[in-house]
Amino acid sequence: MSGQPLQAGNMEQLLEGIWKQNPVFVMALGMCPTLAVTVSAFNALGMGVATTFVLVCSAVLVSLLRHHIPKEVRIATYIVIIATFVTLVDYLIQAVSLGLYEALGAFIQLIVVNCIILGRAEAHAAKNPPLPAMLNALGMGIGFTLGLLALGSVREILGAGKLFGIDLFGAQFQPWVVMVLPPGGFFVLGLWLLFFAWLAKRKEVHHG
Amino acid sequence: MSSGSPMNLTPPPVNSLRLVRTLMLVTALCGGLIVAVWQWTQPAIAANKKVVLERSVRALIPQAAEIVEYDASSQGIAPARGEPAEGAIRFYAAYDKDGQLAALAAEGAARGYADTVRVLYGYRPDCECIFGIRVTQMRETPGIGDKIITDAAFLKNFEQLDVSVTQDMKSLYNAVKTVKHGSKQFGWEIDAIAGATITSKAVGRGINDSVQKLLPWLKPHLAQLERKGGTQ
Repeated sequence: MSGQPLQAGNMEQLLEGIWKQNPVFVMALGMCPTLAVTVSAFNALGMGVATTFVLVCSAVLVSLLRHHIPKEVRIATYIVIIATFVTLVDYLIQAVSLGLYEALGAFIQLIVVNCIILGRAEAHAAKNPPLPAMLNALGMGIGFTLGLLALGSVREILGAGKLFGIDLFGAQFQPWVVMVLPPGGFFVLGLWLLFFAWLAKRKEVHHG
Repeated sequence: MSSGSPMNLTPPPVNSLRLVRTLMLVTALCGGLIVAVWQWTQPAIAANKKVVLERSVRALIPQAAEIVEYDASSQGIAPARGEPAEGAIRFYAAYDKDGQLAALAAEGAARGYADTVRVLYGYRPDCECIFGIRVTQMRETPGIGDKIITDAAFLKNFEQLDVSVTQDMKSLYNAVKTVKHGSKQFGWEIDAIAGATITSKAVGRGINDSVQKLLPWLKPHLAQLERKGGTQ
């Protein structure tokens, strides 16, 4: 665990969640908030940042406490820790923007049951020192945020003709309203999954 | 833990005291964190809520210079402190720059098509009418239900909506009612938006549920509200 190899390992930890194990497009985890809040790019970004905050903080705390938590009560302990950070993020969002808080609604509180977070705590943070645990969680958080943004921006552009609330096409544009309704979430997610599956397939073919 | 030996299948005894101690320590730590952040963010949250509310009330009552919050209940009216008590209704008295009552506002809520629709309505004692509404929360279908915010013909319903209280101050002469599009006859009826009847009805029901309780409680005390600070 000295110098160079650790550096390379850290980078890998960070990149894992962003690309190779992207929680939305590769692992298909946390679909409930993914589909529900991605009606606009701003909501997607808010949800992504909130989830990243909870992921990183809980991963660091779980990692710090990993030698002290008996395995019989580890899940209960992780949930308490995650719930704490969700409560904190709930207060913080209210303090920053009530508009965003209203838009995200119950999905902020529901971060607590987002399987990405418990999954990270159990599969990674509980077995690794704080720094790799933090980087891995940060990567997952960024990957999740990018996934939400990919959905949110496409849905906002098609369904409202805007991006981050800025009008893109002018008054003649007839919004494709279904895209900001729940079915639109499935359509766009399906297309993105198709795209990533196609990329993976193409890579496979190229490599022989 | 797993020694690999087939003889050793029973798990080692668990020290419950250690489990309890760990959980207690972790929850204490987490509790402390929550309290600290709550204390730190509370002023900002309260200020945010006030700004949002004042913005909505000002949009309804442009001449408002100061907005005072009150709670009304069957016991009468009192300046608001914290969250309204069970059964009480919060309302807002808007005073102009001379300290005279400009108008009152309160919120009504009812279940719409997708979620609760909340509207803030402005009330004027002189005409005993609602003179405007502002949707404060809704998640109705874009392009259909959300017309309650923009549809000019629908909003015209609320320019002078009759909510007069009977002489005995027990109820309203006529309940506020949303009627089918094109069939409005009376001053207390709301003409629904064609195609968005459920959402239109939610607006009417939310307002009606609120005024039916609030106005009979409020009306006997209106004189106290005429000037700013009249209730102290």
